[in-house]
Amino acid sequence: MKRIAITFALLLLAQPAMASDVIEELLNSYRAEGAAAFDGKRGKTMWQEQHQQPQLGKAVSCASCHGTDLTQRGSHIKTGKLIEPLAVRTNAGRLTDPVKIEKWFGRNCHWTYGRACTAQEKGDFLLFIQNY
Amino acid sequence: MNKKIATGTAVMAICISLSVSFVAAGDDDWWGDKDRGYGERSATVAAVMNKTYETECGACHFAYQPGFLPVRSWVKMMGNLEDHFGDNATLDAVTSKEILDYLSNNAADRKNQRFSRSILRSIPQETTPLRITETRFFTGEHHELPKRLVRDNPKVRSFSNCQSCHTQAAKGDFNEHRVVVPGFGRWDD
Repeated sequence: MKRIAITFALLLLAQPAMASDVIEELLNSYRAEGAAAFDGKRGKTMWQEQHQQPQLGKAVSCASCHGTDLTQRGSHIKTGKLIEPLAVRTNAGRLTDPVKIEKWFGRNCHWTYGRACTAQEKGDFLLFIQNY
Repeated sequence: MNKKIATGTAVMAICISLSVSFVAAGDDDWWGDKDRGYGERSATVAAVMNKTYETECGACHFAYQPGFLPVRSWVKMMGNLEDHFGDNATLDAVTSKEILDYLSNNAADRKNQRFSRSILRSIPQETTPLRITETRFFTGEHHELPKRLVRDNPKVRSFSNCQSCHTQAAKGDFNEHRVVVPGFGRWDD
């Protein structure tokens, strides 16, 4: 009986994190940083907003690499490497690892905007991607 | 006595023919087509074996096998990730060290593989290339490809996108007989 209980507990531990739990946790931490109510629509607008990137000599957006349809694969604007879909409904692994999410916000916000994203922006993006 | 000589001659003949065929196999180009008899065809460059490298570097571009460049190139590359071909690709110190160790230990001048030797031979001693595509070996192998197949091909876009044409590239297999150019089909010259 005890063994069954332990097996069960291990199985539960082995369950991958749920995207919704991870997002809720991140949104809470963004709120703690001072963000107001989040808005997925705003996230969608920002997704396609063009930002001049001096290094490349052209305007880029999130969609430059990830595409405008998040259920489809994107491709890296420079290397052409395929990027798996971001939409949770077609790619269940997405938004399940808070460290990975933060890491890519760090990289991609700097690449696209030339600066870090605010807690507000990150929350808006997350909601947009989650509900896509 | 005559029998002994005959046996000796036969053994000699076998030895000579074996060594000749060995040399002939070695003379074949490094794609390893003559390796067919040895079961699974050998890869042309050792496959990537480090998960951290694959995750971190392979996220934005093909995870180039370390055997493509010498140690000095990898050291220089990992020493300047703030400006990684125009992009910021900085990593934390621990991750960065693990990747540099992996790349160095498996670099072209550390692995005795035919493919790596060919690349190495094409790089002048006094240079430290950062782009595989700029090595003489690479340009020699790809010079006949027209622009419309690579740069102007929306499904390829860049020579750095190895696996879009080299279908088995991730396994370290760059055999030209397995090249399929997206939108154009097989390429075999």
